[in-house]
Order: sequence, then C-alpha cells, then structure tokens
Amino acid sequence: MKLTLRIWRQSSATGRLVDYVLDDLSPDMSFLEALDVLNERLITSGQEPVAFDHDCREGICGMCGLMINGMAHGPEKATTACQLHLRHFRDGDVVTVEPWRAEPFPVVRDLVVDRSAFDRIVAAGGYISVPAGSAPDAHATPVPKPDADTAFEAAACIGCGACVAACPNGSGMLFTAAKATHLGVLPQGQPERYSRARDMVAEHDALGFGGCTNTGECTPACPKGIPLTTIARLNADLLRAHTTRSDR
Amino acid sequence: MYLEGSPIADQRAPVGPIESRWDRRRFSARLVNPANRRNRSVIVVGTGLAGGAAAATLAELGYQVKSFCYQDSPRRAHSIAAQGGINAAKNYRNDGDSVHRLFYDTVKGGDFRSRESNVHRLAQISVEIIDQCVAQGVPFAREYGGLLDTRSFGGAQVSRTFYARGQTGQQLLLGAYQALERQISAGRVEMHPRTEMLDLIVVDDRARGIVVRDLVSGEVSTHFADAVVLATGGYGNVFHLSTNAKGCNTTAIWRAHRRGALFANPCFTQIHPTCIPISGDHQSKLTLMSESLRNDGRVWVPSNPLDTRAPNDIPEAERDYFLERMYPSFGNLVPRDIASRAAKNISDEKRGVYLDFADAIERLGALAVEQRYGNLFEMYQRITGDDPYKTPMRIYPAVHYTMGGLWVDYDLRSTIPGLFVIGEANFSDHGANRLGASALMQGLADGYFVLPGVIGDYLADAPFEAVDDSHPAVADTASEVRGRVKTLLAVNGDRTVESFHRELGRLMWDECGMERNEAGLRKALERIPELRDEFWQRVKVPGTGEQLNQELEKAGRVADFFELAELMCVDALHRAESCGGHFRSESQTPDGEALRDDANYSYVAAWEYTGVGQPPVLHKEELVFEHVTPSTRSYS
Repeated sequence: MKLTLRIWRQSSATGRLVDYVLDDLSPDMSFLEALDVLNERLITSGQEPVAFDHDCREGICGMCGLMINGMAHGPEKATTACQLHLRHFRDGDVVTVEPWRAEPFPVVRDLVVDRSAFDRIVAAGGYISVPAGSAPDAHATPVPKPDADTAFEAAACIGCGACVAACPNGSGMLFTAAKATHLGVLPQGQPERYSRARDMVAEHDALGFGGCTNTGECTPACPKGIPLTTIARLNADLLRAHTTRSDR
Repeated sequence: MYLEGSPIADQRAPVGPIESRWDRRRFSARLVNPANRRNRSVIVVGTGLAGGAAAATLAELGYQVKSFCYQDSPRRAHSIAAQGGINAAKNYRNDGDSVHRLFYDTVKGGDFRSRESNVHRLAQISVEIIDQCVAQGVPFAREYGGLLDTRSFGGAQVSRTFYARGQTGQQLLLGAYQALERQISAGRVEMHPRTEMLDLIVVDDRARGIVVRDLVSGEVSTHFADAVVLATGGYGNVFHLSTNAKGCNTTAIWRAHRRGALFANPCFTQIHPTCIPISGDHQSKLTLMSESLRNDGRVWVPSNPLDTRAPNDIPEAERDYFLERMYPSFGNLVPRDIASRAAKNISDEKRGVYLDFADAIERLGALAVEQRYGNLFEMYQRITGDDPYKTPMRIYPAVHYTMGGLWVDYDLRSTIPGLFVIGEANFSDHGANRLGASALMQGLADGYFVLPGVIGDYLADAPFEAVDDSHPAVADTASEVRGRVKTLLAVNGDRTVESFHRELGRLMWDECGMERNEAGLRKALERIPELRDEFWQRVKVPGTGEQLNQELEKAGRVADFFELAELMCVDALHRAESCGGHFRSESQTPDGEALRDDANYSYVAAWEYTGVGQPPVLHKEELVFEHVTPSTRSYS
C-alpha cells in the first residue's frame, strides 16, 4: 500500500513538515516499521533518518509517542504508536506525524521530546517509603480485591505523555492522578497519601504543566485507558491535604 | 579455534550446609560503617529490575550512587515488558512448595549447568522479594479474601508464580523505579538518562569508572567511583529478531569483557516457545505471548502437516496435542527449551503451531479467561488482526533470554576487581535453561538483597586513590571511545547498519539458534569475520557525533554483536553435548531429547578475550552437585 508521511523535521530551534511518499508498504507493518522503511531509504540516499523514540515495540515501555493525524498515538483506541498497524489506514492516505507538543516536553530532535518532567513528578512523592529489607510478610495486610484492581488499573500507566499531548491545557494531571490513585488506594500507601498528592501536584505545577479543567481529552488518548475518575480522587486527596494538618 | 587456560573456581561461597551458606557469607563479609558509606561511591549501569533495585538500595544504605540508562527515563528498561510473573517459595497454596523445591526445580530446569550455592540463595531470597514488592505497593493479583493469587509456570508442579495480570515486569519495575526516584529526590543518586556506557575504566587492575556518551549532545565523558555495577541485561538481539527491546545490547558487558572480565556460557540462549510469528521482511521485533497462557491454552498442530484448513475447521480427531502426548505429566507446562524444540520439530516458521483456548473458554467462561489473559489477547489481536477468543492463536518460538553473561562469583564479582555484574547480564543462576518467572526473581534478588549484602566486603577497602582524566589509563580509554565513534562515522559506505544486523541475525538463528551442529557452527565461524570486515568497510552512518544520532548508537551496538557472535559460536562448537537451550544435533537421545555429557561438560565455560579474531582462552569452572543429583530431565 501507499502512504504519504508528512513528518515534522527539526534539528534546531525551528522545524517544518516534510512529505515522504512510501509506496510498497504492507498492511501488516506497524507504524514504526513504516518509519524504519523510510529511514533505511533516507540513509542509503545520503540523508539523515527521522529521529523517533521507541524501544520495546510492544506497547509497555512508554518510549514511543507520536501525534498521528493530530491524535496522540494515532486513531486506534488503547493502542500505542508501536502497536498501531497500517491496516488501519487506507491506501493513498496522507498521514501527518508530529512530536508531542507541550511546554514541559521540549523537542530534542524531529519526533523526539524530553519527558524528564514526568520523572520529577514521581520523585516529588510518587512512591511508598520502604527501604529494601524492612517489609513485613506479604500476607500481613490483606488488600480487598476491588482495591487491588483499582490500584492495578491506575498503575498500568506507561508514562508516555499522550495525556499531556492530547490536553488543550497541556496538563499532566492524568499521569499524576494515576500514580496518586495507584498508591493511595492501597493500605501500604496510606501514611503518605495526602502529602504525596500535595507534593506531586506542586511539582507538576512548578514544571509548567497546565491545570486540569476536566476537558476529558486525556482518557480517550491514553493507550492504557487510565480513567478520568483518578483525577477526581486526586482532587479529593489534595483538598484533604490542604485542609488538614500541615504535615500530612 | 580456542586455547585452554587454567581452571577457575568460585572462592566466595562458603562450604558446608547449603541452607546456611548465605547467612554465613553475610556474616563473614566485612561491613562499611554508616558514616563511612557516604565516602564510598558506586556506579550502576542499567535501571531494570536488577540495576534499579541495586541503585535504590545502595543509596538507602548511604552510598553515593551514580545511575545510567540509555532510555529517556529509568522506568523504561526492558524488565518492564516481562509479562507472566515472579516465582517465590511462599507455599501460600499449601501445595508442597518449599525453598528446597524451588532450588531443586531451578537446578533441574537449568539442566544441571548452574551453581548449587547461587540457586539455593536465590530460592531463599525469593520470599523476601514478594514481601518487599507488596510493601512498595506493587498491585499483585489477589483473591477475594484479599490474599495474593498465584499461578503455575513451566517446569513446576506447584503454583508459586505471583503476578499482576500480564504486566508483572512493569509493576515490579515501577516499584524499583519509584524507590530509585525517592533516592534521586533525596540527592543520594545522581541519575543520567539518555547516556550510554561505551567502555570500562580499569586503573591498577581495579574497575574505577566508565566512559559514556551523552546521547543527546554526543559528548563523551568519564565517570569515576569505587566500584562499578553492570546491570545491562542480555544479548538476545545478536539474533536481530528477538523479544528484547530494540535498544537492548551487549556493549557494556562486551566492553568489560574486552577489558578482562571473563564471559561465561555465551551459547546458552533461551528460545521462548510462544511468540507471535514473523509476518514479513519488515519485521523489526518479535512479541512474546506469556508462558502463563500455557496454564489454560492447549498447544496443537494439524495431524497432517499438509492440512491447509483454517484451525477451527480441523476436527478434534485430526489435531495433535503434541506436548500433552509427549509429556503427559507436565503437558503444556514443560520448560521452555523442551516446548520450543518440540514445536520446531513438528512445524516450521511459516506454519507455526496453535495455542487454543476453546476448552478453557468452555470450562471457565469467556469472562474468566478475559480476566486472566485479557490484555494478552488484545495485544495478539492488535498485532495479527485475529481474535483469539474465536480462533486459536498462531505462535512460534523466538529468542527471548540469554542465560550466559559475564562470569561472577558468589559475591557477584566479575574477574575484574571492583566490577560487579547483576541480573541477566551475569551468567550465574539459570544454567543452560531458565525457568519461566525466574528472571524477575533473579534480577530483584541481585538488586535488593545479594549485591547490597556483600558489596561492603569490597568497599571496606575503599576509598581508593582518586583518579581523573589525566591518568594515562583513563585518557587512553576515553580516546579509544572517541576514536571508535569517529571511525564509525568516517566509513561512509553504502550499507545500512540494519542490513548488517539482519544478515548477522539470520546467520546466528540458522546456525546457532534452536539447534546447532558442527558443520553449521564452522560455517558461521567463517562467515562472521567476513561480515564483520565488510561492516567496517561498507557501513553507512549519517550525521555527526555531536547530536542525537540513533544510527550511530545502533552501529556501535551491532559492531559489538559481531564480536560476541563469534564467541557464541566458539562456545557452542566446543560444547559437544546438548543441555537445556543448547541443543547439538549430534548429541540427542533416540527420541530426540537433549543428551547431556556430564563426564566431559559438567563445567561453566568462562572465556578470556585475547583480541578481535584471536582464539579466546577457555577457563573451566567445575560444577559440583551435592544436593541435587544430575539426572536426565524427565517431564513425561
């Protein structure tokens, strides 16, 4: 099949969209494999290949992230760019490929952005403080299955940044809320529950992410379907953090 | 082809009762007092389960830690992709499990080519790992009573595998990553993402640092410490197509090997039986379908190999459930090496074999099957376009894990003082075949417990004399790295890195893959040096060294795969027996099973580097079995 890829190229402060026509693609290829084909061609013809982040290519590492036709990770629901296959496009389509666009995610080159802001949000409190060796027996505290399932659902976040890219405010609230929910519903996460919410949100805001206005663009774009209710939960914890003792 | 050198031995495992060896070693190992730990520094390369856990734990103990990964965040290391679960001898099921049984199963599963001391310690530590991970908030699957659920994996008749749906590796890694971020925030770990180790700095016979390249700016720089820990994973990508992430590579351990660390059992590679088959020449990687699927899925092929009907049109009587037929007591849950070879013998890459859930759906209902495997079924459907609830999955074996790696002793010390190797990057615990759900166990055991428990014994002699860039050994190593980057860019030939990698991978898969023989290995040993020379004459790497240059990164990694590939073939050729994942067609039983030769090959083959294209030197470590008597593995 044939596709025209209209790709963002950027090696300095500014960039531009460049068209590349590929006419011998297979519908069984993944979207990233189409970029591989393009890059092989660019290299053999003496041009620089398109830089894009990717690693596991099975939808779990969170490294890949492309705006495909204006949609984070492309048109398929609950699918990362690496698991998007060309069978979801039509022969002859023109497909626009851009990097995530958000102030806290500066472009490094072409389609590669710097998402280290996410690491800083986690470092601000997205953990349970338990040094190795200090844990009680795993069965010491039973966890109700519904709570374990809610925690898992939120913990499935892969940190790809699609939520930020999809949000008109450039907010990282779904990412932050996913971590706060994962740890906040488990009994092990209770001691730091409110300080965690407070500190992660403070860091989120300081890094230049926008505020959440419940637009709801994030959940549909999320390849793991992290629910919007996590944000409600985060807000509740945040309120409690600011209205109770200052050390919580 | 190779020379034989003096034998080596593990000097650090205590002798005597195996149950107390680890306790006794921890007691005999010297400690560093908390005030002095602040003045001892450790470099940890890699942030997967082993490296992430080690960096976090060493920082918790008070050491100064520098952590490095090539990904944009430490959370993305390939441990994240592990699906099925993690073994632990908790015996919560009351089904007869124990530390000794996990030890026994692992030694047997490894086809009697691992060290008893190490494996026993691993089984002991397994129970602490689950405690640690639960306390960190890892959302393991639970029963309605709130207790942890388990399932079965290959090579075991007990249910000891803890899991978090099909994303166990992700959840365990996030636990380690969060612990690491906590230490970064506390200022005890200096984190260097998008930074690749390109060489090891050895000063006065001690590992004292690394040379790295900043992948964004291209700057080559040096970092120093009192000890260096490599946690850089396996080398399965030497085969080009594997279940590894695209960036997984051998460079860190290969460069350390070139600096003097012995490389053990490089030919012990694991082919995983249940992966999605190749769909065309464009294939860039292979995707695993978790071994846990074999709890409920049944593996079969059409009785008539020429049968071209769709799987659902083939009646029950014309299906061959070959694993259940050949191995009635373990059935579909035989170890990976056995399942893979059986699939290869009965089918081929094009046809594959079926993994069928029709019976499970009838027995348990579609909902229960979805709860157990839903995300795996979705992944299969996304990639293939087929719905596994309706039509059987088509699967075929693929390269998955490498049991070989840098040689380490009981303290995880390589043969270079001050260089420790943990996780998949070392060779220590899995022998010739790793059992399912044991990689996560080993990575976390090494990172959270083993290394932190014994590294003090080495660091008690530190701090060592300060070194900097002016030291001749440092300057030489850094300039070699810069020279190599320049050379790769200067070739400016007409073939892409990818085309070389693909050709090398195909050769390795054909001649050093699931089945090996002398003629094929000799052919590979002729072809690899030719291809390697061609690489250095014709490779085309565009761009410069002073920018984000993904082709340059790939070129350096593939160059090292060329050198490793040769050693793998030498090792496979010298080991004229079959064991675990290493199957020599000359050495098999009348019914086609691996035929071990304990009289001649009951040793670890640790190889010394002597130069590119030069014959390596073999050092043998005899394996002693006092607690598990080597026998022919039987799963029938």
